Amino acid sequence: MFTLLAALMAALFTFQNASAQDAKPTPSDNQVNTVARQMYCPICENIPLDVCPTTSCAEWRELIREKLGLGWDAAQIKQFFAAQYGDRVLAEPPARGLNWLIYVLPPLVLLGGAFIVYRVLTGMSKKPAVSPPGAVPYAQAGRDEGIAPLPSPVSKDPYVQRMEEELRKKQRE
Amino acid sequence: MEMNTVSEEKNKTGLPVWAYVVAFVVLIGFLGLLGWGLIRAQKGGILPGDPAPNFTLTTYDGQTINLADTKGKVVMINFWASWCTTCADEAAFLENAWKHYEPDGKVVFLGIAWVDTPDGSMQYLQRFGITYPNGDDQGGEASQKYRITGVPETYFIDRQGKIATVQIGPFVSEDAIYKVVDGLLK
Repeated sequence: MFTLLAALMAALFTFQNASAQDAKPTPSDNQVNTVARQMYCPICENIPLDVCPTTSCAEWRELIREKLGLGWDAAQIKQFFAAQYGDRVLAEPPARGLNWLIYVLPPLVLLGGAFIVYRVLTGMSKKPAVSPPGAVPYAQAGRDEGIAPLPSPVSKDPYVQRMEEELRKKQRE
Repeated sequence: MEMNTVSEEKNKTGLPVWAYVVAFVVLIGFLGLLGWGLIRAQKGGILPGDPAPNFTLTTYDGQTINLADTKGKVVMINFWASWCTTCADEAAFLENAWKHYEPDGKVVFLGIAWVDTPDGSMQYLQRFGITYPNGDDQGGEASQKYRITGVPETYFIDRQGKIATVQIGPFVSEDAIYKVVDGLLK
């Protein structure tokens, strides 16, 4: 009697377990693709795994579905794929060894570039307007000769200076 | 004179000399990396006469095989995948050739599953009854060292540990395998 009861209970327990497993939903395509888009297969260069059309990629997506079904999270799945196929399958390489350069160099170069631009711009704004040696500022020249100066600023360009000189001559005539 | 030029330059842009040095070092480093990447990408596969790159293969039945340990024997390394239809075309030829050479112990056959799922690989091996040692290309080690371009690709290594023949694509007959291996056994 006791044996029969134990067998019945065991059968009931097994049935409940099986039901619980059956009730577990299969991971959806969206869930699979959320993980898949963080990886690349070595065959289809530059095509993320979620949109890669080859058979091997389809099999990889099924493997992701299987692992998600087992309760693995994205980090565990990515770790599994990296161990199995190498770090190159990861969209974001792990920050170790030479990979550090990928994460450190771009911000450093950007900061350096910004610093250079800043220094150049501040240097330009502080620089006083310098006339070429021997040149008489136009406004001064006009006053000396009793002629109203033109409203244009003083230019360093010899061509413009010559033009201005010619204009002054014309005004005198 | 040189110092004057540098200080004039500093006056023009307001940048210290070290900033120029750093900028040039970064630029040269970047160009160097770019060049190294290009050279690596254009290097192509390994060729007959090259020393066979060493690797360790963990087979599906748990053995660990280091290629260096097979020196003195003729070695055949076949890269394959379960999703590769042309791999299936040559699977029987390879297995028959293995059965032919296995008793002498002078030849080693190794199969490496490339970019394949473990389940898919196991099904493939069962389907074709493959008995020579096979394993995953763990971490892409072997495929990267041999710079393979796809599957199937087969490499024959002579007794001195050098690449003797490279077969890109499937074998079309068993005789083609015998021809290469027998030639290396002479």
